[in-house]
Amino acid sequence: MVMETESQFHVLAVDDNRFDRKMIERLLQKSSCQVTTVDSGSKALEFLGLRVDDNDPNALSTSPQIHQEVEINLIITDYCMPGMTGYDLLKKVKESAALRSIPVVIMSSENVPARISRCLEEGAEEFFLKPVKLADLTKLKPHMMKTKLKKESEKPVAIEEEIVVSEKEEASLVIEILPLHQELESEQLEPMLSSNKRKAMEEVISTDRSRPKYNDFTTSV
Amino acid sequence: MLGLGVERLQADINRLLASLFHQGVLDEQFLQLQQLQDETSPNFVYDVINIYFDESEKLLRNLRLLLMDREFSDYKKIGLHLNQLVGSSSSIGARRVRNVCVAFRSASELRNRPGCLRGLEVVEHEYHYLKNMMHELFQLEQQRLLAAGVRYPM
Repeated sequence: MVMETESQFHVLAVDDNRFDRKMIERLLQKSSCQVTTVDSGSKALEFLGLRVDDNDPNALSTSPQIHQEVEINLIITDYCMPGMTGYDLLKKVKESAALRSIPVVIMSSENVPARISRCLEEGAEEFFLKPVKLADLTKLKPHMMKTKLKKESEKPVAIEEEIVVSEKEEASLVIEILPLHQELESEQLEPMLSSNKRKAMEEVISTDRSRPKYNDFTTSV
Repeated sequence: MLGLGVERLQADINRLLASLFHQGVLDEQFLQLQQLQDETSPNFVYDVINIYFDESEKLLRNLRLLLMDREFSDYKKIGLHLNQLVGSSSSIGARRVRNVCVAFRSASELRNRPGCLRGLEVVEHEYHYLKNMMHELFQLEQQRLLAAGVRYPM
């Protein structure tokens, strides 16, 4: 709640390479952002409050830390990383109800059109070719501004989404209620929602039924 | 007297940089790097270039080990190492090192082992030249700071 009053954006930068981390950190600081750097996708998810089960990397659970004070306004990640690639990280963020509204930007030293379109289709806001320049980072401000405004207007909805998704015992009941609830809310919030968010909300309705992994969520409230 | 020391050192620094730009050892990206340094991060250029040296030497060592192995065949790994070298060299404005890495990478894509060995030698040569030049630059900068420090005691 304290972070709400701060105007500085906080970016989470993910890169397995020490040199690249130093560069992106300095570039972001020079763009007046607060920066946290991590060297892997799994550490990024940990920082964001998602617990990655070592036995089943596909199971994600929301740890109590998701309601911690650190609010991330943007994730910028390298594409090529050992273990979890930037693309894998992007998917996990977009699959998470708690995190999907955070804009994700991918960086890569290779210009592979198929890779770029795959990332953009998966929900990445931008794709930067390395070496990233200071001028590239000016493109980030609009994406980060969007989330700040969104967070202020959608808080009641967000909390209810959390509760609904995380109560394991009532999962089936909740899923039945969810579509109605979502439809009402989306009508009210129509003017403020971007097409991305609308798409994401529709996804929640469709994917909750088809994705068994959501049953693995532990209660986080 | 002390003022002359600072000015002469600054002139030496400028001359060295101009020469490195003229030779194509450095390009305008190096100036971008300098612009990232400020009062909040006063040693940024020195720090990041030292990280570049550490990381590059690891990569060069690995490349040499890979190619020296008589049973070597992992050209893909060579390519990955070189991608990293190309990227980081570009980031600091080390144009000649970057270019010779690109040439080396082409040899690896053709699975040309002698070409790779030659490529590695050229990269090592350019890299060490760059490193020596950077050390000279840092030494001059340090001397200038000292000279300026004596002139303006804190």
